[in-house]
Amino acid sequence: MIWAMLLIPTVAAVLSLIVPGIFFRRMILVLSAAAHFAVVLSVWVSPAEPLLGGWLMLDQTGLLFLTITSILFLACAVYAAGYLAKELKQKKQDYEEGLFFTNAPETVFCACLSAFLAAMTLVTVSQHLGLLWVAMETTTLVSAPLIYFHRHRRSLEATWKYLLICSVGIAFALLGNFLLAIAASGQAPAALSLNALIKLGPSLNQPWLKAAFLFLLVGYGTKMGLAPLHTWLPDAHSESPSVISALLSGALLNCAFLGILRSYQICLSAGLGSFCRPLLILFGLVSMAWAAVFIFGQTDFKRMLAYSSVEHVGIMALGIGTGGAAAFGSLLHAANHSLTKAMLFLLAGNILAVYKTKSMAQVSGVLQKIPVTGVLWIAGFLAITGIPPFGLFLSEFTIAKSMFEQDRFGIAAAYLSLLALIFTGMAPAFLRMAHGSRPDSLPDNSQPQTAFAVVSPLGLGVLTLLLGLFLPAPISKTLYEAAAALGGV
Amino acid sequence: MNTAADLILIFLILSNLTLLGLSRLGACIRTVALQGVAVGLLPLCLSRTGPDFHQMLFSAFLIGLKGIVFPWVLMKILRDIKIQREVEPFVGYGTSLVLGTAALVISMWLGHRLPLPESIRLELIVPTAFFTIMSGLFLIIARKKALTQVLGYLVLENGIYTFGAALADQQPLLIELGILLDVFAAVFVMGIAIFHINREFDSIDTDKLSGLRT
Repeated sequence: MIWAMLLIPTVAAVLSLIVPGIFFRRMILVLSAAAHFAVVLSVWVSPAEPLLGGWLMLDQTGLLFLTITSILFLACAVYAAGYLAKELKQKKQDYEEGLFFTNAPETVFCACLSAFLAAMTLVTVSQHLGLLWVAMETTTLVSAPLIYFHRHRRSLEATWKYLLICSVGIAFALLGNFLLAIAASGQAPAALSLNALIKLGPSLNQPWLKAAFLFLLVGYGTKMGLAPLHTWLPDAHSESPSVISALLSGALLNCAFLGILRSYQICLSAGLGSFCRPLLILFGLVSMAWAAVFIFGQTDFKRMLAYSSVEHVGIMALGIGTGGAAAFGSLLHAANHSLTKAMLFLLAGNILAVYKTKSMAQVSGVLQKIPVTGVLWIAGFLAITGIPPFGLFLSEFTIAKSMFEQDRFGIAAAYLSLLALIFTGMAPAFLRMAHGSRPDSLPDNSQPQTAFAVVSPLGLGVLTLLLGLFLPAPISKTLYEAAAALGGV
Repeated sequence: MNTAADLILIFLILSNLTLLGLSRLGACIRTVALQGVAVGLLPLCLSRTGPDFHQMLFSAFLIGLKGIVFPWVLMKILRDIKIQREVEPFVGYGTSLVLGTAALVISMWLGHRLPLPESIRLELIVPTAFFTIMSGLFLIIARKKALTQVLGYLVLENGIYTFGAALADQQPLLIELGILLDVFAAVFVMGIAIFHINREFDSIDTDKLSGLRT
């Protein structure tokens, strides 16, 4: 089963390089995404066999993140099929600077997209920290051409920052891996496999293990977008095509989070929980505060969504750092945030296609101009700011409740006031865009939106809503087991 | 004491200092290539029982990549963009050398603070690794040209490998090759990005990349 998950997107990537014909290439993209999703669903019914002597194995945490990735990729593949049909090959005019630019070849785009899925799948199934690192760096490399799809200066700048900052960050994670190996040296099988390290636990060399955790946290934290290491994130998310922003924000950040969770698991087994938790809480609160500052006064709606991602990865780190029921909440939050944020980025792509600007001041009357997108945009806003009955309310509430149970009133106060602050920052921006009348400059008779553009965000929105209303037994069981491995309930 | 390994480590320290003071990009590329070869030889000198097949293969691969392929790719970029030297870096060369010396002292202190477990006996290895990592980071931050930043990334990678060299026989070959392959792909993708930057901006000065704020 794990082989199938890895092979389907890999073969799809190779095929989309070879197969001529636009139509077939898009078919391959959507069909491989659907096949990947089907295989992932089958793993929920019958667990997958470990491979390569346990290097590739799906534990509950991995399964959770893999499922999110697969759902998002399917939604994005469907959206991309419609998106690519509109992106014709001819030269286009840049919205902001008025310069002309071309797009990267569609072959490269489709191949990198499928390879991106393969790399993210490998991240979620890796039980060997070295392999995890290799997969993580691969995600950076195959997603860089995706960010540079629109070939103009700003996307090039974003791509360069993304490549350099994430590669350096990930290099630190490699150093963390080596330090971990030093911490384990002298013990019998000193390979970097997760289970072996957890079993060694207390006999690991503590100072080296601490150093290793710091480097792994900073390394994968860079990729995850924890402030102040997030500087590449707003640029990459705002300049890439919306479908890529959705994948980066919804799937890639989670993969990096998984890297941090794996190293945290090892530290827990060595009894270093009290060393790691304050660090995670600190990074979490700093990220939330940083995001709050930049959400206020933001003029570009895609950048606002990007900063909101910084906020939410902060909440995830905070939840894990708090421990107890909050670890459960944090994992649930990862799922909810991915679904909601991907939905919002896809909707932002729809708005961008009609209004041809990313400036919030120049967008108004979305509800009137493109009603379905408008309604979903409002729903997405309510979901992302944690209003019931959406899933994010449930997860944010679980984290807050757990803080009160542990008598951490100071942290809870900071957390809740930052959430409220961000709500007040985002509300006027979203509502002003949705309401009012459309600007006069907008042509009246632009073509109606295709079903491709709406069906994916709609599906993701429904899933967020359902997760808020009730948690099916298999999902909550998986979440409980994953949280238990992370020192939770 | 292990004379060969110590010599290599001292060479690494000296080459870092050289890089901090060099402005000609061609010379920088050659220095980084030599450094890569030195890092590739390090695990061979460290093994007590004499290198086995696994280590030989890995070192050959590493030296081939860092000593031949990377310099070739980077030199090709250099020829195509017709730029010879790094002019007006953010931090001048004299200051860079002074800061480098300070970083060396800090690395020595750090190495003293973090004693290696019994199995690895080489006092210089931790300070050298830290110093190489710091030099790489410094090159990325303090120099303007995108090409120098890629070189800085490679120096950083070399520093991390110096750590790895101490543990070479504990890592499975597959993973090591995977890591190297990723580094190779990173340099390759960055090389392509530099081509595009040069075409769009008529320069590879990264301070021109400043359109995106807040």
